[in-house]
Amino acid sequence: MSDAGHTPGGGDVAERDVYTGAGEPAPSPSSVHERQELVGRDLRTEELVLNIGPQHPATHGVLRVVIKTDGEFVRELEPHVGNLHRCAEKIGESVPYYQWLPYVDRMDYLAAMCNEHVAAMAIEKLGGVEVPERAEYCRVIIAEVQRILSHLMAIGVYGLDLGAFTPFLHQFRERERGMDLLDHISGGRLLYHYIQIGGVKRDFSREWLDELDAWLASVERRLPEYNTLLLNNRVFQQRTAHIGLINEETAKRWGVTGPGLRAAGVDWDLRRDVPYSVYDRFEFEVPCGESGIAGELGDCFNRHWIRVREVEESLKIIRQALAQMPEGPTMAKMPKSFKAPKGEIYVRGENPRGELGVYIVSDGKPTAYRIRCRGPSFSNIAVITEVARGTMIADLVALIGSQDIVLGEVDR
Amino acid sequence: MQAWLDSLIAGSELLQQVPAGLIYTIGILGACTLVLLFASLLAGEVVWLERRVAGRMQARIGPNRVGPQGLLQFLADGLKLLGKEDIIPATADKAVFLMAPVIVFMGAFAAYCVMPFGYGLVPADMNLGLFLILSITSIEVVGVIMAGWASNSKWSILGAMREVAQMVSYEIPLGIAALSVAILAGTLNLTDITLQQGGGIWNWYVFRGPFGFIGFFAFFIAALASLKRAPFDLPEAESELVAGFHTEYTGFRFAIFFLAEYAGMILFAMLTSVLFLGGWYTGIPGIELDGAGSRWIGFGVLFAKTSFLLFVMIWVRWSLPRFRIDRVMYLCYKVLLPISVLCVVGAAAQVWLGITLAGGTLAAPGEGGFADWLAGGRP
Repeated sequence: MSDAGHTPGGGDVAERDVYTGAGEPAPSPSSVHERQELVGRDLRTEELVLNIGPQHPATHGVLRVVIKTDGEFVRELEPHVGNLHRCAEKIGESVPYYQWLPYVDRMDYLAAMCNEHVAAMAIEKLGGVEVPERAEYCRVIIAEVQRILSHLMAIGVYGLDLGAFTPFLHQFRERERGMDLLDHISGGRLLYHYIQIGGVKRDFSREWLDELDAWLASVERRLPEYNTLLLNNRVFQQRTAHIGLINEETAKRWGVTGPGLRAAGVDWDLRRDVPYSVYDRFEFEVPCGESGIAGELGDCFNRHWIRVREVEESLKIIRQALAQMPEGPTMAKMPKSFKAPKGEIYVRGENPRGELGVYIVSDGKPTAYRIRCRGPSFSNIAVITEVARGTMIADLVALIGSQDIVLGEVDR
Repeated sequence: MQAWLDSLIAGSELLQQVPAGLIYTIGILGACTLVLLFASLLAGEVVWLERRVAGRMQARIGPNRVGPQGLLQFLADGLKLLGKEDIIPATADKAVFLMAPVIVFMGAFAAYCVMPFGYGLVPADMNLGLFLILSITSIEVVGVIMAGWASNSKWSILGAMREVAQMVSYEIPLGIAALSVAILAGTLNLTDITLQQGGGIWNWYVFRGPFGFIGFFAFFIAALASLKRAPFDLPEAESELVAGFHTEYTGFRFAIFFLAEYAGMILFAMLTSVLFLGGWYTGIPGIELDGAGSRWIGFGVLFAKTSFLLFVMIWVRWSLPRFRIDRVMYLCYKVLLPISVLCVVGAAAQVWLGITLAGGTLAAPGEGGFADWLAGGRP
């Protein structure tokens, strides 16, 4: 957005803010009289520094954004992170690998299963653990269920950010049933510790698979409903199309991944391009940004739209995985005390929010020497520093919402 | 009101001893109390309606515990708010801070005094009724900017800024759209405007020609926006400005803002019914509802129309995302304003040409109008 075209009251901001008393010394408004004279000659305006968060309904947790505004326009912006730092990486250096996995859940608490999947893969690769084939299928199915849940949440909350309360509560209906599914298989509603080193905690039961089928059908049926409320809604399109543009170059420079990167037109999905687990056995499309219904490449609308289409693709993956699933054990034979040999490993996987990378250095002890995670939310929130400049406050909310960040992962 | 009091005085010897001014004062105070009570109760019930309808639309239930079907929920909420600590921020401008809710409340409730609830059921039958409503409701802006400024909070001032920009802007199409009815009716008296819409449904101003029809939608949308209802709820956009101009208000002061908002909703829904949807008339020829007893049925009819419009307001609120401030202004100045001006010009032309539509009678057809002009009279 260009500044000149959108400045309220007309006129260039730079011109208005800079005192241009040609030849005169800069005024020091010491007395009331002088100040009044100054106001009479040239009305000076000040930027308003607005501190959004850490407690604010639009910041999805405890993000703090300090913005300088000129009326409704954002001139400068700085996200402050670190309010939800829980030492997930550091704890990994003092507890055994087995015990570290539950902490991974808590990083991106809306995609706990996906986190576990990537972290478990990293540890297994480091320790040379062979995972049974059925367990891999279980992992993929459960991670895709988690992806649908996470995207449903993102879709609904995005409506809430834009002032539409109804889709938010509607998606919770499906999300609630999906969380019950994960609850029945793992015993937890939000944080599961279901995927473990060497496999998964327990096999799917017949009843659970029926439950899953019913749920998949209901998600498929309800998704068009959400689209009528948001995606195809004119007001929604006005609020999101051409807003918060993150083009390909910017996205790559800031390390944006996931739906944000694909919305910019980059056809990149680790599940297809660097397949891990058994993802190479399924046929699915990677939705990419396009200027179809509304908007253009890399805008908020496209990021939302990609999430909607990714839910559909996840449904496909789950159905294929259910059909292909082999019989067999779901847990490898694991020693009582697991020690990884000396070495280091970096494993990455496609989380709902982008690429999660787990880097582990082992010195042969039961605990890791150093653990470092690359959370997608961190890069996804960092990019708003550049993109949000010159937008309106309402657009900033739309932008932060479309990035779908989880603060637990930003700070780790 | 005065006529009724006069007849009361004439009928009783005791009242003749009392100075007439005192009786008028007491009468007016009584009527005010009645209207205030009525409007407050109604506002409370509309809050309930909104929450239940929202619940139904959002696949949940809504409040259903206090009283039958949760009807008394607003009383419980009011009690809760009364019991809360009344916080005045340390840096607030105390006097202005305390005065703001009163002014907002006054602006919303005072307008009820000219509302014709039924045949003869009008607290003050004023010739300038419509004008009074439009002017008195705009006092609310003053209260809002006072609240925003005195709170000394950035959210409040941003909310107040938006509110003032929006309400002042939307009062223009609102007033102009109402003017088109006033031109068609030839009066600003709300009772007279309603009386002209008696008989069949085709006599309602919404169906009397294209300009009434367009004017109805322009008026309703402008009313939605000036009431800051979603999708125009930018002044209190919770995901952007926390709570807008009443961020710093707690307890009963907040409740007053809340009540005023709903009272405004009912007021404008009722005003739309009176101006465009035939007020207390059923729209069936022969059922006039202007007898001593049946006027209360007429009140019920008006109330039903009002409820329908309120339901539409609620429906819109819970299905649409919020507009952005520039879109809101665009809608006002580039869409609604030309449309409402067109309505006024069209309505004026309609009256001047003396076109009567659908068997209805227009105000003073031909008198000083096109027919006179043709006959050689002065236009």
